[in-house]
Amino acid sequence: MARAVSTQHKTIATAAAWIVALLIFFPILYTIITSFKSEQEAIQGFNLFPSGTTESYTAVEAQSGYFKFFLNSVFLSVGSTILALLVAIPAAWSMAFSPGKWTKDILMWMLSTKMMPAVAVLFPIYLIFRDTGLLDSRIGLMIMLMLINLPIVVWMLYTYFREIPGEILEAARMDGASLWNEIVYVLTPMAVPGIASTMLLNIILAWNEAFWTIRLTTTEAAPLTAFISSFSSPQGLFWAKLSAASTLAIAPILIMGWFSQKQLVRGLTFGAVK
Amino acid sequence: MKLRTLSLGLLSASTLAFAAHAESITIATVNNGDMVRMQTLTDDFTAKNPDIQLQWVTLEENVLRERVTTDIATKGGQYDVMTIGTYEVPIWAKQSWLLPLDKLGDDYDVKDIIPAIANGLSVDGKLYAAPFYGESSFVMYRKDLMEKAGLTMPDAPTWDFIKQAAEKMTDRANGVNGVCLRGKAGWGENMAFLTAMSNSFGARWFDENWKPQFDQPEWKNTLQFYVDLMKANGPEGASSNGFNENLALFQQGKCGMWIDATVAASFVSDPKNSTVADKVGYALAPDNGLGKRGNWLWAWSLAIPAGTQKADAAQKFVSWATSKDYLELVASKEGWANVPPGTRSSLYANPEYQKAAPFAKMTLDSINAADPTHPTVKPVPYVGVQFVAIPEFQGLGTTVGQLFSAALAGQTSVDDALKQAQDAATATMTEGGYIQ
Repeated sequence: MARAVSTQHKTIATAAAWIVALLIFFPILYTIITSFKSEQEAIQGFNLFPSGTTESYTAVEAQSGYFKFFLNSVFLSVGSTILALLVAIPAAWSMAFSPGKWTKDILMWMLSTKMMPAVAVLFPIYLIFRDTGLLDSRIGLMIMLMLINLPIVVWMLYTYFREIPGEILEAARMDGASLWNEIVYVLTPMAVPGIASTMLLNIILAWNEAFWTIRLTTTEAAPLTAFISSFSSPQGLFWAKLSAASTLAIAPILIMGWFSQKQLVRGLTFGAVK
Repeated sequence: MKLRTLSLGLLSASTLAFAAHAESITIATVNNGDMVRMQTLTDDFTAKNPDIQLQWVTLEENVLRERVTTDIATKGGQYDVMTIGTYEVPIWAKQSWLLPLDKLGDDYDVKDIIPAIANGLSVDGKLYAAPFYGESSFVMYRKDLMEKAGLTMPDAPTWDFIKQAAEKMTDRANGVNGVCLRGKAGWGENMAFLTAMSNSFGARWFDENWKPQFDQPEWKNTLQFYVDLMKANGPEGASSNGFNENLALFQQGKCGMWIDATVAASFVSDPKNSTVADKVGYALAPDNGLGKRGNWLWAWSLAIPAGTQKADAAQKFVSWATSKDYLELVASKEGWANVPPGTRSSLYANPEYQKAAPFAKMTLDSINAADPTHPTVKPVPYVGVQFVAIPEFQGLGTTVGQLFSAALAGQTSVDDALKQAQDAATATMTEGGYIQ
């Protein structure tokens, strides 16, 4: 009897999970469906069965070079993630293994910077970028993306590092490991799964960032977010073309997410169940 | 082998030297058909100006406005040519953010620019932006449905006629709405239409002392007429319809009449996308016999920000893109029907264009019927037909647009919407220092 209940529970839970997953995925699915419609079909209301035309993709490809935007996206998301890890690993290490009186406050303060709307600092940032010649440069944007994602990276790494018993590090120190050796040979290998999932999540966040990437670039450093933005039209129909551009822009990150879903899920639920 | 390597090296070095010499200008633009077409035709420009390279930045309209404003206000120098509208030009020119266009060349023929458009883009007699394409608004109607209703559309209809025709054409059982009008909130959406409409009802946004006028009977008449007309004869969910939504409805044969941008004529008469392409007639925007019609005036124009380091190259490009030669270039490659409309008088005198674009005369008459410097029946302290050319208007126009959209949706009454609009406008104008 008990077993029957648990099977029933399981079925309900699975069904609920599927429904929630479908709900979350539906906007993306509908974007992909719409990209295979003609402009007329796209605006005619809800319809899950497109005519299967690829004219939007042809138009999008003819109108602007996808590849340049794609390369910029790869460079910016990967570059900013590596930069962020270089800064965040030592920071999280010190907070996790030798916390001071203010560690908790510093962590909260770092997180609080994420609570301010980005537009509030648009002008100061724009002026700094202008005066340092960083407008429309990949390096400038890479630093910007690193900075805005840094609080999340530090927090995630901090949570992972806290799970690692401090005694292991102590043992390493007993064996004469220097600080550098301790971080590189003891801590990092143990934290690889955590670092990997932080990295993946950060790449996704940087890839999708659409406020600064549009506002601090013009032509040279513009990534895929700017590419999508160029397909909205003040006069005329553009839903199908916009959907095609969006599908092209999210495809790489979607595929990457698919292949690394195990690490992602592990990373996101790490420490949740003890 | 060595010689070959050497000559290859020399060749690439000289290419590099040439590339380094070439000046590159960055052009910010919106994604509409005419602008996209221009990007495909720039070989003609680079052939004539081999030392100038063009870089394009295409953005969504509101993002473009924000990007360009940020850049121009901080003198960021990211753009050398920017696409802006008749709303921005007078405001930005007064701030000295734009360079006057005084080096457009001897062949440019500034006088050929349609006067109403040139006025909208000039401050103190100086041209600060060159029109790339211009538009007004007019009535597009279904000739077959009009005939079925036993009516004949005059060239210059009144609002009463529009109401009468809408009532007769409405056939909701068959999915036909007598009239489709904008309802989606936004200063460039429903407020473009309603502000232009209010001009023909004798209303105005502000009196000579910048006091908001939403508490006056003229605004009440405008909004009440609009809401009643749309409730009885408009499409379902009209309060979320903008240009694109109404375009789709009209193309699918679901509207008897549609009052909107003249540029829509080329879409609704295109048999590839429109099911009613051969049944569309055109008429001037309606009036109430007060001397002003309910049509607007807009021109997407090319301007040069004061912060650019490449003013000469930028002027060369602006001159090329808005010249008579450019119109002929488009005509030779894509036919006269695809020429950007509404900028030059000579285009409308061209018999080939008149033949290719049956809506040409009505477009020109509509543009000429709008006067941005005297937009209303009573005097006003501002410039602009469907907008008020002050920096505060974007925010205020959208707030009022939301109130009027809610009135159309039935969430508030017309009186409440007007009262709240009056309060919002008074607050904004007091804060801005217009009302002492």
